[in-house]
Amino acid sequence: MAVPVPERFKRAAMVTMISIKDVKRSLLVSLWFVFLSFPIMVIQVNPVERTVVWRWSNMLYMGIASLLLSFLVRIWLLRQERRLAQKQLSSSPQPSILHLLLKQQKFRYPLIIGGSVIVLAFPLIFSSYQANIMTTALMYIVLGLGLNIVVGLAGLLDLGYVAFYAVGAYSYALFNLHFDLGFWPALPLGGLLAALFGVLLGFPVLRLRGDYLAIVTLGFGEIIRLILENWNAFSKGPSGISNIPRPGFFGVEMSLDQAMTFMYYLMLVLLAGTIFVVNRLQDSRLGRAWVALREDETACQAMGIDKAQTKLIAFALGAFWAGLIGVIFAAKTTFVNPASFTFMESAIILSIVVLGGMGSITGIIFGALILILLPEYLRPLSEYRMLAFGAILVAMMIFKPEGLIAGSRRVYRFQAQKIQPMLKNNE
Amino acid sequence: MDYFIELFCSGLTRGAIYALIALGYTMVYGIIGLINFAHGEIYMIGAFTSFIVATVLSIYGFPLAAIVVVTGISAAIWSSAYGYTVEKIAYKPLRNAPRLTPLISAIGMSILLQNYVLLAQTSDFLPFPELIPEFAFMEPVAHIIGSSDLVILVTTAISMLLLTLFIKFTRLGKAMRATAQDKTMALLVGINVDRVISATFIVGSLLAAIGGLLIASHIGQINFAIGFIAGIKAFTAAVLGGIGSIPGAVLGSLILGLTESFATGYVSSDYEDVFAFSLLVLILILKPAGLLGRAGTGKV
Repeated sequence: MAVPVPERFKRAAMVTMISIKDVKRSLLVSLWFVFLSFPIMVIQVNPVERTVVWRWSNMLYMGIASLLLSFLVRIWLLRQERRLAQKQLSSSPQPSILHLLLKQQKFRYPLIIGGSVIVLAFPLIFSSYQANIMTTALMYIVLGLGLNIVVGLAGLLDLGYVAFYAVGAYSYALFNLHFDLGFWPALPLGGLLAALFGVLLGFPVLRLRGDYLAIVTLGFGEIIRLILENWNAFSKGPSGISNIPRPGFFGVEMSLDQAMTFMYYLMLVLLAGTIFVVNRLQDSRLGRAWVALREDETACQAMGIDKAQTKLIAFALGAFWAGLIGVIFAAKTTFVNPASFTFMESAIILSIVVLGGMGSITGIIFGALILILLPEYLRPLSEYRMLAFGAILVAMMIFKPEGLIAGSRRVYRFQAQKIQPMLKNNE
Repeated sequence: MDYFIELFCSGLTRGAIYALIALGYTMVYGIIGLINFAHGEIYMIGAFTSFIVATVLSIYGFPLAAIVVVTGISAAIWSSAYGYTVEKIAYKPLRNAPRLTPLISAIGMSILLQNYVLLAQTSDFLPFPELIPEFAFMEPVAHIIGSSDLVILVTTAISMLLLTLFIKFTRLGKAMRATAQDKTMALLVGINVDRVISATFIVGSLLAAIGGLLIASHIGQINFAIGFIAGIKAFTAAVLGGIGSIPGAVLGSLILGLTESFATGYVSSDYEDVFAFSLLVLILILKPAGLLGRAGTGKV
C-alpha cells in the first residue's frame, strides 16, 4: 500500500541521514589510510644515489580518495539497510536492466540482430588493429567460458587454468617445430592434450576441498610454467619458440591483414560453437550434476552422482577449451614463451568469470569485453590495470558476489492465477 | 661433509623464514578457515617498510643500532596495520559467505597490494642496506654458517617461544584457542570473536614482518613480487605440517626448507620451486590432513 510520493521523501531523508557521527567516522577512516600508506606512498628512496624524495602530495590524494570512498560505502550501506527493511521476505535478486531488455520479445530480436551485424562486419568497418584487439577479446571470452565450466558450474576453484592454455600453445609450437604439423591438425590435438592434462591434474585432487584445490591447481600451473622455463632442451627455455605459422585456409595466400581478419572470423566461429556447447551443457544431466556438486558434495553423492567422474569431466572439458585457445594464441602471435603463462593470466581469466557472473554466459561475454577492451582503450591508465583487477575482485565479492549478470537458475514457477483460487478454496 | 652441513644450515635458515610466514597462515586458517592469500603481500610490505625506513635512516646518518631498532618497530607496526585493515575490508563482510567468496576476495587483495607497491614504489630490485654485521666470534665457522643465518635462527627461535607462551598463557591466547575450537561456543561464553580474529591477523602480520625484515637483510635485495612465491611456499609448509596446527607449521617449514636446500645443492637450482610445489601436491594427495594435523570429518 506504499504511495510513491512519501517513498521518495523517505529515500531523500535516508541519504541526508549521514550524521555528524558518520562524518567523524569517515574522517577517522581517511586518517587511518593516510597513516597506512605513509611509508610506501610518501617516501621514495634511491639507495644508489642515496637521496630521499618526500611526496607529500600523495598523502593528500590518499586522504581525499579514502574519505570519498568511505562516504560512498556508508551511503551504500544505508541504502542496503533501507532495501532490507523494505522487502524482508522476498529474497529473489532483482534482474539487471540487460536481462529485462533481453527478456522482452520487442527488444530481444532487434538487439540480437543488431549485435550480430556489428560483430560480423567488425573487421570491415574498423582497422585491422581494432580487429586484432577484438580477436584477443574473443579469445578471452572462450577462455572465460571454459573456466566457467570448472569454477562457475562445478564450483572447483582452479587457479592454474593458464597451464592448460600453455599446454595448447606449446603443443602446437612443438609439433610444428619437430614434425612440421599444420594448424588444423594441431587445433584438436592441442585441445585433447590439454584435456589429458586436465584429467592428469584432476585425478590426484579428487579428494580435495575448495581451498586446498585452489592451492594445488596454482602449484600445478606454476610447475608447468617453471618446467617450460627451465627445460631448455624441450621447450627452448625463456627465449621461447618463434616462427610459428598462422593458420591457412585451403592453401590460399594471405597478407598479414587478411590473415588477421581470417583469425577474427575463425575465433567468431569457435566462440559460437563454444556458446552453443556450453549452453547445451548447462541444462544437460551433466550440467545439473555439476551444479549439484557445487552446492553440496555429500548430498550430490547421496543422489547417486558419480563424484569422481563428474569432477574429471569438468576438468577435462574446461582444459579442452583452454588448449584450443592456446593453439590459436600460438598461431596468432607466431611466438610463444613461458612469460605469457604466469599466474596473473589465470587471475585475469578468473576475474572475467567473477566479474561477469559465475555460471552466466552473457555475463562472461560482458566481463571479458570490459576487462580486455577497457585497458586497450585506456592506454594511459594501463599501468593501473592490475590494481583495478584486484580492487574489482574484492569489491565484487563484497558488494555483488553474483557478478554483473547473475546466472539464472531455471526455476519451475506455479502460475499465480491457477494457485489463487485453490488457496481461496482451502480457506 | 662440510658441504652437507652448509646445506643443512642454509636449509634451516630458509625453514625458519618460512615458519615465520607459515604461522600467519596456520593461525588464520585455524580460526576462520580461510587461506589468507594476501598474507604473502603483508610479508612483502613488511620487507618494503623496513627497506624504506632503514635506507632513510642510514642516509640521514643514524647509528646502526638505532636503525635496526626503529626499522624493526616500524616494520612490525605497518605490517600489522595492513593485516588488520585487509581483514576489516576484505574478509569481515564475508564472514558468512560461501567458501569461495572470501578466497577470491583474498586473491583480489593480493593482486591489489602487489600493484599498489609496484605503482607507489618501483618494479626494480632494490638493494637492502646491511643491518646485520659480521660477528667476530663467527669467524671460524663463517664458511659454513654466516652471521645473518645465526641471527635469523635465534630471532625465529625467540619469536616461536614468545608465541607459544602467548598462546598458552595469556587471556587473548586462550580466547584464540577457544575461537579456533568453536566460534559459536566462544561467543556464548563472552569472547569478542571479532576482536580475537583481528588480534590473530595482527599477530600473524607481526611475525610476517619479522620474516620480511630478516630475509631482506639476508638476501640483500627486495622487489614488489617477493611476497607471492614466499607466501605460496609458506602455505605449502603450513599444509605440510597440518594446517591449523602451530607446531605443525614450524615442522613443515623446516622440512620444506631442508628439502629445497638439499635439492638445489645436490640436484639443480633451476627447479627449486618445482620441488616445493611437487612436495605440496604429493602431501595433499597422500595425507591431506598434513603431518600433525587432525583429519576432519564433514558433518551432514
